[in-house]
Amino acid sequence: MNLELLQTAAANNRWGALFPELLLGCLALLLLVLEIVLPKKHHGTIPAVAIVGQLALLVALLLNLRGGFLDQVTFNGLLRHTLSGQFMRVFFLLTSILVCVLGVVSLSRQRMPRIEFFHIVIVVSAAMMLLVQSHHFVMFFVALETVTIGFYILVSYYRTNPLSLEAGLKYLIMGALSSSILLFGIVLLYGVVGNPAYATVGGPGAMDFASVRQFLALNPDNFLAKVGIVLVLSGVAFKIGTVPFQIWVPDVYQGAPTPVTAFLAVGSKAAGFAVLVVLAGVFSPYQSLVVPVLSAMAVATILFGNLAALTQFNVKRLIALSGVSHAGYLLIGVIAAYSDPVALSAVYFYLLVYLLASFAVFGVMTHVSGTNDAEQELEHYADLAKTQPFLAFVLAVGLGSLAGIPPLAGFIGKVMIFLAAFHAGLYLLLGVAIVGVVISIYYYFGWIKAAFFSSWRLPAPAGETQAALPRIPVGWPAKVMLSSLAVASILLGFYQGPLVEWLILR
Amino acid sequence: MTMHVDLLLLSIATPLAVALAIFAGLPKRYSVFLSYFGFGVPAVIAVWLWTQFPSAPGDTYVFMSSYNLGLGLLGINLKLGLNGISMPLFGMAGLVGFAAGLYAIQSGAERLKIYLALLLVMQAGLMGVFASVDVFFFYFFHELALIPTFIMVGIWGGRDRSYAAMKLTIYLTVGAMLSLVGLIVIYYQSGVESFDLITLRQEMAIRPLSDAVQTYGFGFLLFGFGILVSLWPFHTWAPLGYGAAPSSTAMLHAGVLKKFGLYGLVQVGLPLLPAGAAHWAPLLAWLALGNIVIIGLVTLAQRDLKQMIGYASVMHIGYGFLGVACVSILGVGGVVLFMVAHGFTVALLFLLATSIHHRTGTFDLDEMGGLVKKAPVMAAFFLTAILASIGLPGPGLLNFWGELTIFMAIYAHSEWMVVPAVLGVVISAIYGLRAVARVFYGPPSEVFARYQEGREVTDLRWSERLPAIVLLVSLIALGVWPRVITTPLNSALAAIYPETPALSSGVATK
Repeated sequence: MNLELLQTAAANNRWGALFPELLLGCLALLLLVLEIVLPKKHHGTIPAVAIVGQLALLVALLLNLRGGFLDQVTFNGLLRHTLSGQFMRVFFLLTSILVCVLGVVSLSRQRMPRIEFFHIVIVVSAAMMLLVQSHHFVMFFVALETVTIGFYILVSYYRTNPLSLEAGLKYLIMGALSSSILLFGIVLLYGVVGNPAYATVGGPGAMDFASVRQFLALNPDNFLAKVGIVLVLSGVAFKIGTVPFQIWVPDVYQGAPTPVTAFLAVGSKAAGFAVLVVLAGVFSPYQSLVVPVLSAMAVATILFGNLAALTQFNVKRLIALSGVSHAGYLLIGVIAAYSDPVALSAVYFYLLVYLLASFAVFGVMTHVSGTNDAEQELEHYADLAKTQPFLAFVLAVGLGSLAGIPPLAGFIGKVMIFLAAFHAGLYLLLGVAIVGVVISIYYYFGWIKAAFFSSWRLPAPAGETQAALPRIPVGWPAKVMLSSLAVASILLGFYQGPLVEWLILR
Repeated sequence: MTMHVDLLLLSIATPLAVALAIFAGLPKRYSVFLSYFGFGVPAVIAVWLWTQFPSAPGDTYVFMSSYNLGLGLLGINLKLGLNGISMPLFGMAGLVGFAAGLYAIQSGAERLKIYLALLLVMQAGLMGVFASVDVFFFYFFHELALIPTFIMVGIWGGRDRSYAAMKLTIYLTVGAMLSLVGLIVIYYQSGVESFDLITLRQEMAIRPLSDAVQTYGFGFLLFGFGILVSLWPFHTWAPLGYGAAPSSTAMLHAGVLKKFGLYGLVQVGLPLLPAGAAHWAPLLAWLALGNIVIIGLVTLAQRDLKQMIGYASVMHIGYGFLGVACVSILGVGGVVLFMVAHGFTVALLFLLATSIHHRTGTFDLDEMGGLVKKAPVMAAFFLTAILASIGLPGPGLLNFWGELTIFMAIYAHSEWMVVPAVLGVVISAIYGLRAVARVFYGPPSEVFARYQEGREVTDLRWSERLPAIVLLVSLIALGVWPRVITTPLNSALAAIYPETPALSSGVATK
C-alpha cells in the first residue's frame, strides 16, 4: 500500500460526519475521568452529567438533522449517511438517555459500581448509531460486535444476583453463536463476490453494500450467495429475537437488570430492524428467497410470542415474549416495504411508538420491583392504582399503546403496518397479525387488571403480616420522564403532526 | 355557517378537555361543576344543530370541517359533518349522554372523579362517532368510547365484574379488528386510498367494486359490526357486561355506543357495498330472527332485572338487523328511527333499574313487589319505559314508528318473516309487563318486606328524576313529531341509496 493510496483514503475521512458518535465517546470517557477526579461524595452528580450531556447532544442533533453529509458515502465506503440514519441516531440517543434515567433509579437499590454502567450504555449507543449507518460488511460486523460485547457486560451487571449471571452466560453463548453464524454468512458472501469466475463490478474483496447488491443483481441464482444471505439474516434475527432464534429472550430479559432489559428490548431490537431494513435493500435481487424466509419468521414469531406470553406470571418474561411478537409485526412492515416503500415509514413510526410505550412500562417496572430485580410477578402489581395512581396511569397508557388500543400511539403504528401489509397483498400475514393482536389483549389487559381491579386475596395467617413490597416513591427526574412518555403516547395517537409526513417523504 | 363548523369539534373537545383536567388532578368540587359543562355542552350543541339542520339535505353533509392531524398523506383527515342519517343519532348521543352524566353525578360512586372523567371520555368518543365523515375517525372514536367501558366495568362493576370486563374486552376487540379489516378493504379496493366517506361514495358510484370484493368486504363489516352490536350468536358478552356495568356506563354503551355497528352498516356498508349486502342479507335475516326469537325466549327466563334489560336490548337489536337485511330504503329508514328510539328507551330502563336497586337492595325480580305504594312516580316512569320498549303507540310512539317501518320493509322483503318478528313483540310484552307486575304490584315479597324494616323507601329524587325526564320527554316529543327525523332522513337516503340493481334485487329476492 503506497502513500498515495493512504492519502486518498484519508481524504475521504469526514470526521465531521461522525460528530454525535465522537461526542458520545468523549462523554463516556469523561465519566470515567470524573470518577477518578471528583471526591467520592460528589459521585452522585456523574449520572446527571451523563444525562445532561446526552440531552445537549440530542438538541444539537435535532438542529442538524439535515446536516451536510446526507446521502454521502464516507470513510472509503464504510459508512453511508441517510435521513433514516439520522432518525435512528435520534432514536438511539433517546433510548440511551431513558436507560440512564432508569439506571439511576434501579442502581440506587443495589450495591454496585455505578459509573461504569453509564459509560457502557453510552458506548453501546454510539456503536448502535454506527451500526445503522454502516455501508460495508466489515464495518457492520465490527459495530455489531461492539454492541454485543457491551451487552454481555450489561446483562450480568448485577453480579450478586445468580439470575443475572445466568442471563449473562446465556446471552454470551447465544450471542457468540449468532455472531459466528453471521460471520459465516458474511464470509460466504465475501467468497462469491470476490470470485473472479462470476460477473463482478467492484473488483475482488469489495464488501460494501452497493457492490454486493450489484453482484447479486448480476448473478441472480447463486447457491452460495443464497446460503450466505440466509445465514446473515439468521444472525440479525438473533438480535431482534424472532422465532426460531428467540430462545434466549425470556431468560435473558428476566435475569438482566430492568434498565438493561429495556435497552435490549428497545435499543438492540431497533438496531436489528434498522440493519434489517438496509440489508433487505441489499438483498433485494434475491427477493424470492428473502420474502418467504422473513414471512415464515413473521408468522411463527407473532403466534409464538403471543401464545407464550399468555401463560406468564413474571412480568419481565411477559414483556419479553410480547416484545417477540412486536418483532413479528415489524417484520411484516419490512416485508411490505418490498412492494410499497411507504411501509418503511410505518416501521420507523412503529419503532418510535414502541420506544415510548416500552419505556413507560419499564419505568413503572423499575419502580415496582424490589431489591431482587429478577423477581417481578404480576401479583406485585395488586392495588397499584390505589397506592401509586401515577404509576398505574403510566402503566395503563404504556400497555394500552403496546396492545394497540386507540386512541394511543400504538394503534396508529399498527394501523400503518396493517395498511402497508394490505397494500402489499400480504393477506396471510395480516390475518396472523390480527389474531396476534386479539390474543395480546388478554395478557396486556390481564396486567392492567392486576394493577387496577382490586381482587380477593388469601388472608394472611394470624400473626403474620402480608408481605407487601415496599413502594418506592417516584423521584422528579423519573416523574418527568414517565409523564412525558405517557403524554407523548397519548398525543401521538391523536395528532401525529408533521412526523408521519416527514417519515413518508423522507 | 362558519359558526357551526367549530361546534362539532367543540362537542367532542369539551368533554375531552374536562376529562383531561380531572385526570390532571382537579379538586373534586370543581370536577363535578365542570362535568356539568362537559356533558351539557355536547347536548346543547346537538339540539341546536338539530334545529338548524336543513329539511332536505340530499346526500350532502352540512356543518363540514376538516383538519389534518398528521396522517393526511395516507388519506386520513379528521373530517366532521352531519347528514340526514347521522343527525338524529348525533342528537340522541348528546341527549342520552347528558342524562347519563346527570345520573352519574348524583350517583355518589366511589372515586367519583375518575368515574366522571371516564364517562366524559366516552361521551367525547360518542359525539365523534356520529360526527365523523372520515371512516377512520369513525372507527377511532368508537374505540375511544369503548376503552373507558372496560375500565368502568372492571372497577365499578357489580357481580362477576372481572370476568365480565375480560370477556367484553376480548369479544369487542375481535369485532373491532374484523371491522377494521373491512374498512381497510374498502380503503384500498376503492382505488382512491382515502377514508373520506364522500370521496369513497363518489368513487363507488362511478366504479362499483367487483361482486367478489364486495362480498368479502361486507362479510368483514357485517361480522365485525355484528359482534360489536351483539348479533346472535355473538351476543354473549352483552347481557353479562351490562349486568356488571355501572348504570351510566350501561346507559351510554347499550343506548348509544352499540348503535355504532348498525349505523356503520347503514352509513358505510350498504351504500358502498350493495352487492355484498345483497349476498349476505338472507343469512343476516336468519341471525336477526335468532336475536328476536331465541334471545326473546331467553329474556323470558331471566329473574335478574338488570340481566333482563340487557337481554331485552340484545333482542331488540334484532329488529335493527332485520331492517338492514331488507336492503331497502324503507328498511334502512326504519332502522335509523328505531336506533334513536331504542337509545332513549334502553338508557331509561337501565337508569330506572339502578334506582329500583337502590330501593330494594336487589335485582332479583322474585324478591321485590309492592313498590308502587312507596314510589308511584318511579312506577309511572318504569311502566312508560317498558311500554315504549315493547313498541306500543303512546309513550313509545317513536319505537312504534321504527318497528312499524321495519315490519313494512320486511313484508315487502318476504312475507312470512313478519310472523316471527311480530311474535317478538308479544314476547317482549310478556316479560316487560311481568317485570312491572313483579317489581311494583302485588304484596311485597318476604325478603323485600324484611329489607324495608327500619328503612325509609323513598320515591325518585329530583336528581334522579331529571335525567329520566330528559330521556322520556325527548322520546315522546320525537314520537309525536317524527318529521324532524324522517324528512331529512328520507332526502338523504333517497340520494345515498341509488336504485341500483343490487338494491332492488335485494327487495325482489324472496
